[in-house]
Amino acid sequence: METILTINNLTKKFGYLTAVKDLSFTIKKGNVYGILGPNGSGKSTTLGIVLNVVNKTSGDFSWFNGEVSTHNALKKVGAIIENPNFYPYMTAYQNLKLVCKIKGVDYSKIDEKLGIVGLLERKDSKFSNYSLGMKQRLAIASALLNDPEILILDEPTNGLDPQGIHQIRTLIKQIASEGTTILLASHLLDEVEKVCSHVVVLRKGEKLYSGRVDEMISSNGFFELKSVQHEALVSLLQNNPDFISVKEEGELITAFLKKPMDASTFNTLMFEKGITLSHLVKRKESLEEQFLKLTNNI
Amino acid sequence: MLRLVNLELQKLLLNRASKVLIFISFILPFTVLILSSIKINFFGFFTLELGELGIFNFPIIWHITTFFASYFKLFFAIVVVSMIGNEYSNKTIKQNLIDGLSKKEFILSKFYTIVFFSFLATVLIGVGSFLIGLYYSSYTEASIIFKETEFLLAYFLKLVGFFSLCLFFGMLVKRSAFALAFLFILYIFEWIVFWIVAEASNTDMAWKVKNFLPLESMYKLIDQPFQRVLMTKYPEKIDMAYDYAVHWYELVIVLGWTALFVFLSYRLLKQRDL
Repeated sequence: METILTINNLTKKFGYLTAVKDLSFTIKKGNVYGILGPNGSGKSTTLGIVLNVVNKTSGDFSWFNGEVSTHNALKKVGAIIENPNFYPYMTAYQNLKLVCKIKGVDYSKIDEKLGIVGLLERKDSKFSNYSLGMKQRLAIASALLNDPEILILDEPTNGLDPQGIHQIRTLIKQIASEGTTILLASHLLDEVEKVCSHVVVLRKGEKLYSGRVDEMISSNGFFELKSVQHEALVSLLQNNPDFISVKEEGELITAFLKKPMDASTFNTLMFEKGITLSHLVKRKESLEEQFLKLTNNI
Repeated sequence: MLRLVNLELQKLLLNRASKVLIFISFILPFTVLILSSIKINFFGFFTLELGELGIFNFPIIWHITTFFASYFKLFFAIVVVSMIGNEYSNKTIKQNLIDGLSKKEFILSKFYTIVFFSFLATVLIGVGSFLIGLYYSSYTEASIIFKETEFLLAYFLKLVGFFSLCLFFGMLVKRSAFALAFLFILYIFEWIVFWIVAEASNTDMAWKVKNFLPLESMYKLIDQPFQRVLMTKYPEKIDMAYDYAVHWYELVIVLGWTALFVFLSYRLLKQRDL
């Protein structure tokens, strides 16, 4: 698979604060990547470095196997960082025209991309008159102008209302389904879980995990159980080698699986042992739980 | 290069404030030039016709028009500092870089625009002076007309140098108003240097030092023409004679400052995290 971005031992220090520490990962074509991390974990700094606006302290990175200089590589990249930055006194169309001039893209793309984000009717309004949601959508249109090899989004739904968030997510999914490589930085886990296939987890500038999202949620799941025969159920579960651990919270018993087992098999087993369950739910740990585990345990 | 100028022109000309300022900085000196060249009748009391004084004669007209026109450079200086200040306050400088403009191209697009407008101003003043000169001048031989056109070159370099200084201050403080304040501080600073050197040695030495400083070296390119006008009126007064010519070393000093300011602006941007 074609490599789009390689980061090797990247470090960035702001004075005595280390924002990014010895970070390495690779972005391959066709995947949707998420960079996860709490606020201040170095997500934006990392993106800033590869996007030529922040100077690295040490380490290196290369776009497209290092065949082109960074600023020329960026012409094949579409990126939006935190807040949409445009010239307030220009209309949407004029702003995009300027981006076309920088990237060397034909003006005919402007209407096409404004259509995708649904701003075609408002293209002659000044940017300063736009709502935040519209500004964010304009930023996406601007990032898409050059039909980028990779789309980089940093907190694209920050500060938006629920409708705005929904619109942006639908857009991202639609773009991803067309095969564009996406790198999405976010602290919103469900956002990453819903959209991304791969994930890099950062904490205080250090990489905690990088790999596929479904491998990160690697456990076999767990059962939430309730029964009138509480004691009998607990002792049965504790003696069963298929379970790693059993937790009790009042009436609710949580049993973690060592190997895959579906709910009906489990129910049959209990029935054979003469235990009737009043509550049975099989669940998988969410990315959020995994993430909190990862970021807190170290 | 055209692409970079084109980029900057779009940013400037769609902004109403800078459009007005650019308009003023070009039209105002031109209007003053035209107005001063026509005969003004003050309600029949007296008529004022500056042309009568001989200031529109070739070759002195080149000296006089470039000297006075250069005062209007302050309007465009506001445009220069605000074109940097706005990029920072709108954070569009960050977006420009992300979109694939290199830091070098960013500075060059500003510098080329400065050169472009300075050139335009020089051409306008050149053509204006030429026409008015043709109308008023007692001498119309080509050799006299094109004598001392080096004042136009000096005017051009004076503008480029001064605006490069503004560009550097704009990059340094990121805010337009502060950048203009820095210009004023530099002006005072140069006089302080003058005073210190004058105290330490003598006034002659102090002038020599001050002539190397940015603002003074730019001012010095075109010396004040008043004394020269008087000289033409009273040729017998030899003690008024002074050196008003444009010297190559004056041009070199200003070129040096220009290169330094553009380079420093680039260095600043290169080392800065946005």
